[in-house]
Amino acid sequence: MANTFRMGGVHPEPNKLTAGMKIEPAALPKQAVFPLSQHIGAPAVPCVQKGDRVLVGTKIAEPGGFMSAFIHSSVSGKVAKIDTIVDASGQRKPAIFIDVEGDEWEPSIDRSDKVALQCDMAASDIIDKIRNAGVVGMGGACFPTHVKLCPPKDCKIDTLIINAVECEPYLTADHRLMLEYSDQIIVGIRIILRALGIDRAVIGIEENKPDAIELMKMKTAMVSGIEVMPLKMRYPQGGEKQLIEAVTGRQVPPPPALPANVGCVVQNVGTVFAIYEAVQKNKPLFERIVTVTGKSVSNPCNLKVRMGTPVSQLIEQAGGMPQDTGKLISGGPMMGRPLLGTEAPVVKGTSGILMLPEKDAVRREERNCIRCAKCVQACPMGLEPYLLGTASENADWETAEENWITSCIECGCCQSTCPSRRPLLDWVRLGKNKVNGIIRARNAKK
Amino acid sequence: MAEKLYISTSPHVHCGDTIEKNMHWVITALMPAMVASFIIFGLGAFIVTATSVASCLLSEWLINRYLLHRDRSTLGDGSAVITGLLLAFNLPSNLPVFAVVMGALVAIGIGKMAFGGLGNNPFNPALVGRVFLLISFPSRMTSWPVPHQMTAYSDAVTGATPLSQFGYANDSIPGYWDLFIGNTGGSLGEVCALALLIGFAILLWRKVITWHIPVTIMLTVAALTGIMWLVNPVTYVDPLTHLLSGGLMLGSIFMATDYVTSPMTVKGQVWYGVGIGFLTVVIRLFGSYPEGMSFAILIMNAIVPLINNWCKPKHFGEAA
Amino acid sequence: MSPILTAVLVLGITGLVLGIVLFVVARKFAVEEDPRIGQITGLLPGANCGGCGFPGCAAFAEACVKRDSMDGMKCSVCKSEVMQQIAAITGHEVEAGAAKVAVVRCDGSCENRPRVNFYDGASSCAVAAMQTGGETGCFYGCLGCGDCVGACKFGAIEMDPETGLPVVDQEKCTACGACAKACPRGIIELRNRNKLDRRIYVCCVNRDKGPVAKKACAVACIGCGKCVKACQFEAITLENNLAYIDFEKCRLCRKCVDECPQHTIHAVNFPPRKPAAVAPETEQSAVAPKAEAAPNPVEQNS
Repeated sequence: MANTFRMGGVHPEPNKLTAGMKIEPAALPKQAVFPLSQHIGAPAVPCVQKGDRVLVGTKIAEPGGFMSAFIHSSVSGKVAKIDTIVDASGQRKPAIFIDVEGDEWEPSIDRSDKVALQCDMAASDIIDKIRNAGVVGMGGACFPTHVKLCPPKDCKIDTLIINAVECEPYLTADHRLMLEYSDQIIVGIRIILRALGIDRAVIGIEENKPDAIELMKMKTAMVSGIEVMPLKMRYPQGGEKQLIEAVTGRQVPPPPALPANVGCVVQNVGTVFAIYEAVQKNKPLFERIVTVTGKSVSNPCNLKVRMGTPVSQLIEQAGGMPQDTGKLISGGPMMGRPLLGTEAPVVKGTSGILMLPEKDAVRREERNCIRCAKCVQACPMGLEPYLLGTASENADWETAEENWITSCIECGCCQSTCPSRRPLLDWVRLGKNKVNGIIRARNAKK
Repeated sequence: MAEKLYISTSPHVHCGDTIEKNMHWVITALMPAMVASFIIFGLGAFIVTATSVASCLLSEWLINRYLLHRDRSTLGDGSAVITGLLLAFNLPSNLPVFAVVMGALVAIGIGKMAFGGLGNNPFNPALVGRVFLLISFPSRMTSWPVPHQMTAYSDAVTGATPLSQFGYANDSIPGYWDLFIGNTGGSLGEVCALALLIGFAILLWRKVITWHIPVTIMLTVAALTGIMWLVNPVTYVDPLTHLLSGGLMLGSIFMATDYVTSPMTVKGQVWYGVGIGFLTVVIRLFGSYPEGMSFAILIMNAIVPLINNWCKPKHFGEAA
Repeated sequence: MSPILTAVLVLGITGLVLGIVLFVVARKFAVEEDPRIGQITGLLPGANCGGCGFPGCAAFAEACVKRDSMDGMKCSVCKSEVMQQIAAITGHEVEAGAAKVAVVRCDGSCENRPRVNFYDGASSCAVAAMQTGGETGCFYGCLGCGDCVGACKFGAIEMDPETGLPVVDQEKCTACGACAKACPRGIIELRNRNKLDRRIYVCCVNRDKGPVAKKACAVACIGCGKCVKACQFEAITLENNLAYIDFEKCRLCRKCVDECPQHTIHAVNFPPRKPAAVAPETEQSAVAPKAEAAPNPVEQNS
């Protein structure tokens, strides 16, 4: 029997409409937009000015702190302006606008298709290269990868876990990546193992991707230290903590503990591929696979997209936005962010563009909590969402903190099972933000 | 392109579950017991059930409309129907209509709406109604008609029920099979264990409830009465008879598992079940009432907030 | 007779004994409380609004008695006479502050600010502000979920169903500031009441550049700076594309109101001007016509 995590979880309809669709290149945009905060941490600082000419792969923004990342241009052309744009966060944020002229790449980038197998760089050089390529976690959280590859000194890392679970419904970007770039991914895993100085990696794949499991098993058969582990289908298995438990049986203690405290580092397959390209091909992170999908979309597809391409262009390539669209989502239906309009650009964390029909998207009227405990059963973190939701609604931050609100991973299991249709996660998210603020203020006082 | 987009945050999809779906499955699960009661008690059962359901619905509507001034009707969620059915199932089939109406009014008015409606009531409304009637009309509520008087209602002949015999001679207690199919006296819905178990199966199949509460209640009752029976088989009846008689099945499957008034965690539900089982046995064996299920559930209902405080779910990553 | 007598005796003696116990306990374990705390608590409104920064009126009263001075101690709900009384009880001086009132600085009604999206999440401004830009193109304006209404302990704010914006009842408003704290977008500000409750303020907090702001809302401040030039008292500053009127410096001359091309600057409770002038939004209908003579700019802040 396949492994899985122990607590909670739900089974949303998978709806993997694009699992069989090959990755196609997306058309170049006319103007590419690069928001300065595409990652967790401090926003990047622009290092180009209006009128500057850039090539594909040119650095256009530098990290604004330790927890930050470089941003590279994905197009060649001229910097039009540095202005604000409404991005996937739903806020107006500063961004660099580049008018596209031709498609000229930085000469240092190796554009050949040949898989570069050999890598004998020192660990610090690898991490430096990853940092310079602006690689961040591609699963959605956008955690700067070089930070993750430098775990605290007192933690002994023994296992690298590759997150190829893709438990979000609809999305197939990682699935296709494994099928089409398996060799590169294996090289990428070996590079990360080298950077971490360990020799065991586990690729966790859910059982609904048998073709990927088989292919990866075949490719890793000859490589020692890399194991493919099929996992039972269950959401949110792609959550870092859930995946570590499913693969190793270890539970990461409550915050502020990190996965490194139980000897694990988790990387998404998309990140692994980006690391391969950065280290072996000198190619910074400026392209990613995006699943453009939805039940009524006429031509759902997996696209290889340059960052900064407006979402509207991807939608056009997928056959236009269907008439019945009620919600436009960047990411999957469980954790994705709602887009306010189609002008938002693709950023490093955009794993999919989902057009939900109005009948699926509209929330039903909220009712009294009937204390059915379905949210408690569904919570993968062992929390009591009904209690946390009510506490946040009543601004009772002490109760929320006592009941571990900061452990919430915002997976949405509670809200998606609630028969009373209560907006549990809306409240819990608010409470988590407030309580985190209170804790920070308290620590600052000490 | 759609003109305006919805912009609420994740999760954007829902499993499709609603209060109505859950309640309708509970009603469906109660149907076998209702049919069985019609077969066993005939016309009386029908009149009591119909009166109870109708007056529950009416009182909920009136209270919503004229006391709480709410525009939206809550009849559609099905909880009033369930309260009506459960209340009827807990009454003898020859209870006069006026008493049934009073019980329904207390169940809905005091048991549920006084606290703000579905979701806020600390006690199971149907049991509040039943206990009110039990205290108000003790003799009427404890004299049950004997089965198979199809056309009788208020004129039905009453007789002893298995539970009231416990204190006396063992030989007058009906056999297991009669208890199982309901060929015995008692409240409307509680007599036919077979029908109730079918309902239990439906609830489990639709995942409306989990097995924890009913099974722990039954196990606790079986264990405690088993010990007493082993100690003194002359005074005390055997555990199987205890399980099959009285309101134990009805109470443990349908009343103790009421969402609103039962604990939130599995651990809490187990303790709640043990508590109900223990209290039931104590009242049955040592109390002055022949049946203790209603009181046991109500007492444990009162403790549920405490249980919820004590029995927190195990938090992810917490040291074991 | 005897059972009744027994009952009376038993109850009587029990009552007597318990009464004595209660008396002794009350004497022995009495907590000495400064009587002034009770006096001050009696003067306070008792709404426990938290506007003073203490958990409630009793806590404020205790703090008043314990502290060495009344600096920073102000119940915004109480009139200044009441504060004087409290100061008299504690024996400290109290600073006289200007009376204030909550002002909603957004005029993005459905008409002025078209809805471009639907928000159907939890009905709370705090939740809406956290992850979405709201239903309109304006990322600074009122979200319309009514957190301020819920925060007000005095029933002084209501949502206008027509405009979708909160309206402050200036008679009921005590300037406790709870609504200003509750608003995640900082739209509500406490401003001086001035004479006859006259106020002039920029009814917008949009810090976007002019064209962006104008596209989102017909009455947004576009940061053109005309008001800054018009003001003779240097009361208006322009920062981040947004004009702000300092109510301590404003002399209520209304020059800026006429200058504003967006009609963003509101003048409240002024009598209508010459027939030609456009009457600005008035929360309260006409004020005493005696005040027709141009308000003396010097005597406003008490």
